Amino acid sequence: MRRALIALIARDLKLATRIGGGFSLGVVFYLALVAILPFAVGPDLNLLSRIGPAVLWIGALLATLIGLDRLFQADEEDGSLELMRMSAVPLEAIVAAKGVAHWLASGLPLAVAAPLFGLMLGVEPLALLGTAVSLVPGTIALTFTGAIGAALTASLRRGGMLLSILVVPLMVPILIFGVATAEASRAGATSFAVPFLALSALALAAVVAGSAVAAAALRTKP
Amino acid sequence: MPSLTSLANPSRFMALSARALPWIAAVTALLFALGLWVAFTAPEDYQQGETVRIMYLHVPSAWLSLLIYTVMSVSAIGALVWRHPLAEVSMKAAAPIGCVFTFLCLVTGALWGKPMWGAWWVWDARLTSVLVLLLIYLGILAIWNAIEDQAHAARMAALATLVGFVNIPIVKFSVEWWNTLHQGASVFTLEGSKIAPEILLPLLMMACAFTCLYVALHLAAMRNEILRRRLRRLAILAASETPAPARVSSLEGGARA
Repeated sequence: MRRALIALIARDLKLATRIGGGFSLGVVFYLALVAILPFAVGPDLNLLSRIGPAVLWIGALLATLIGLDRLFQADEEDGSLELMRMSAVPLEAIVAAKGVAHWLASGLPLAVAAPLFGLMLGVEPLALLGTAVSLVPGTIALTFTGAIGAALTASLRRGGMLLSILVVPLMVPILIFGVATAEASRAGATSFAVPFLALSALALAAVVAGSAVAAAALRTKP
Repeated sequence: MPSLTSLANPSRFMALSARALPWIAAVTALLFALGLWVAFTAPEDYQQGETVRIMYLHVPSAWLSLLIYTVMSVSAIGALVWRHPLAEVSMKAAAPIGCVFTFLCLVTGALWGKPMWGAWWVWDARLTSVLVLLLIYLGILAIWNAIEDQAHAARMAALATLVGFVNIPIVKFSVEWWNTLHQGASVFTLEGSKIAPEILLPLLMMACAFTCLYVALHLAAMRNEILRRRLRRLAILAASETPAPARVSSLEGGARA
């Protein structure tokens, strides 16, 4: 079973790198989101550095949402999801493996790129580090919460918008604790551990609940 | 004593609901007439003046928005676990009604908030969590509209409903967990009601009227959905019956020749 899951993760990573720009595209979209912000609120670095962590989080959330609609859809279209449904490996584990692969290909790069983009927004170094660290469990939570929406809309040809409507309300707590963690890393702020642990707990809960619900949704054939 | 499963038979449900619906509608009208009369003759609040009357619409709408979501979640469990068609119908019929009551709650809240708080909207935990509830309702409605196969749509909507249920306790307890501008629970508390009886009575009557209205609307919407499904099945049957024999025979003839 472990070999099957590792093979699945490797396959999904390979597909992610070879089709449609792979790792880089989500990060480029993230950069584009961060880049249009100063046009909207003005290039005042004081203001930008104050709202920087929140902007980095909103950007990561939107970049995650944009990439999610193909998570199960492509497999549904070419029939490989059918094979996964019939395989001896539990569908929950398969969904979790696909989620991990998706996170490695599109979630983790966002967390890695965040400090660089934060630098452009004039965020202070300590907060940069905090934002990047908070985005690691944060993107896990976002990806697995989004997997629920991706599974519910897998049979739709244009499910992207519906996916976003379904999962954005569920992402609110992740955003709250994510931005709280990033803000807590500012110099002179209070405890970093409390919001970070709450965010990590949300990530773990999202992995479990997201895999179970997404599998339940995928198990019924459209 | 009829068991729940025998009531869940669609034909029996149609017969029973047809008999019950006029009575429920009559009771609703009566309760609304009484409730509105009491609400408009009740004394003003010493501080809020006439605007306190908004409460008689706002609070029942808020209660119903939570109640209907709970009914929807119970129906979702019925649809997922027992795959019962009537549970699907109940779930589908409840969604737009709950959505409208949530919207009413937000609108009356904004109209009340402007004179009392000085703002149409504040980002307070109670208001925000009810807004999230509205978004969840809209998402579930979108699932019903977007997925054409109704059995598949029902499973997807049921899963989304159950996942969205996490928001219900958040709405309920938001005024206790966070320090909110919105006031805390005051009608039902362990120390008894904190509301003056002259204002509590019309509020409870309006709550009963709203609940009866919801039951009537839900039953009527369920009946409509069952009839819509029957019509659809009849249309499919009719379409598959008439032209088919001619084509089949000609095909058979061609194959034989």
